[in-house]
Amino acid sequence: MRWPRRALMLLILVAAVVAAPRTGIADLVAALSNHLVAVTTGFSGSNVLLFGAIDGPGDVVVVIRGPEDIATVHRKGRTFGIWINEADMAFAEVPGFWAIAVNRPLEEILPESVIAAHQLDLQHLRLSPLEPTSLRRIAEFRAALIRNRQQQGLYSAEPGRIDFLGNRLFRSDLWIPANGPIGTYSVTVFLVRDGDIVSAETTPLIVGKVGFEAQVFDFAHRWAPLYGIVAVLLAAMAGWVANLAFRKE
Amino acid sequence: MDIYLPIAELAVNVLLILGLGGIVGFLSGLFGIGGGFLTTPLLIFIGIPPAVAAATSASQIVAPSVSAVLAHWRRGNVDLRMGVALLLGGVIGSAVGVAIFATLHKAAQLDVVIKLTYVAFLGVIGLLMLKESLAAIRRARTPHPKLRPRRTWLDALPLKMRFRRSRVYISVLLPIGIGLIVGILAAIMGVGGGFIMVPAMIYILGMPSSTVVGTSLFQIIFVAACVTVLQAVTTQTVDVVLALLLVAGSVIGAQFGLRAGTRLRGDQFRVLLAVLVLAVAGNLAWDLVAEPSDLYSVVERQRQ
Repeated sequence: MRWPRRALMLLILVAAVVAAPRTGIADLVAALSNHLVAVTTGFSGSNVLLFGAIDGPGDVVVVIRGPEDIATVHRKGRTFGIWINEADMAFAEVPGFWAIAVNRPLEEILPESVIAAHQLDLQHLRLSPLEPTSLRRIAEFRAALIRNRQQQGLYSAEPGRIDFLGNRLFRSDLWIPANGPIGTYSVTVFLVRDGDIVSAETTPLIVGKVGFEAQVFDFAHRWAPLYGIVAVLLAAMAGWVANLAFRKE
Repeated sequence: MDIYLPIAELAVNVLLILGLGGIVGFLSGLFGIGGGFLTTPLLIFIGIPPAVAAATSASQIVAPSVSAVLAHWRRGNVDLRMGVALLLGGVIGSAVGVAIFATLHKAAQLDVVIKLTYVAFLGVIGLLMLKESLAAIRRARTPHPKLRPRRTWLDALPLKMRFRRSRVYISVLLPIGIGLIVGILAAIMGVGGGFIMVPAMIYILGMPSSTVVGTSLFQIIFVAACVTVLQAVTTQTVDVVLALLLVAGSVIGAQFGLRAGTRLRGDQFRVLLAVLVLAVAGNLAWDLVAEPSDLYSVVERQRQ
């Protein structure tokens, strides 16, 4: 009698182990080559390398969001023959920078409902107006905001590329432009499988002024009157030196 | 080679800024003007935000003004008494002007007002100068501007003082008033105000041309300095890196301008200057009336 019971227990145990979901090994890992983009004197934009690996089949989507801010969109109108700002609308939770990179076109790997839920394209980016107003007006100003940011190179017009090396390793070059806002960006990597997002990982990227630029900015904001006086004195000294240097005239 | 401007928060080409400073310096050396009225529109044109452009060019003006005023001082051409009177008005005016600037900046109407004031003043002054200098060339007479007629309502103002170096006896309210107006404009437009002060000194105050330039430069230095400090405190839009690059370019350009200036005749000068002023005014006016390529513009809330 003990034999069949033990065999049954063993069978159940083996079945449980075989049927249990695989855990412990992450489906997706990702990392950045550096987490701080140091804005210094010669800064004219910077490349950050994103790399990682996936376990099993799938596609990868990367979204970079810059620090959020409140942005006001102004519309010009003609008054007395000249164009001045006549209407405006403010939006909150507006990312200062937005970019996306994919290894395959987004429409091929995800349905629109998922794209919308995770704000994976500019059309579905959630920008909340500060004041309630008509849907048509919101749409008009929202489109203008996105267009303006695209012109400045802050919102990507085209998705960037993710390259796969083999089936598992992927890499992508992320470009932060010189006019990218200072602050903390979030880089989110999604693993897409069978038309759904199965895994995601977010890692921070800090764009910060360091060294001289940071000190100047800090000085200008914290010791404003002294900064102004220093600026004046520097200009005055330059003028005095120039006078001395060209005295023979 | 690009350099990152800490306050403007964007990168610009170093050579472009040096070149811009050089051109403005050249013109200021050639015509004896501050050049601020050129610097601000040119900076705006290359993409610097207008608030930063105006505030930073105010700081840059101090450099060539100091350089020139020292030269004039050595020749005894600075009327200190008049300068101080102008100064009193100028300091108050610049405070008022900076307050207006900050209010407009918050209301997002700053660009338009800067451009409008430029068009108005440059347009009027450019036309007057053009008329006067063309008439002078036609007459082929020595182009010295006429002093104002002997007795007008200006002479009836109280608080008269004797300004020995300029050899005039006028109400002290006049220079203070002129200084006030110039101070306000200096803050809004980011200029020294010389192009308003020099005609005002000649026609309203009746000063001889010998002391006009030196004294006006003296006042400009303090007004520009005042505007710079006030802007730094209220709107924090003075970019010292940009200012220093402009100064470097303009100081060198000014020397070439001075040398070129000795080869031109007085009235030819003034026609050229008038044309230049009108060109800048015309460009800005066109900017205001032409339909913008995008009707929409975005402003981020200022981060602390």
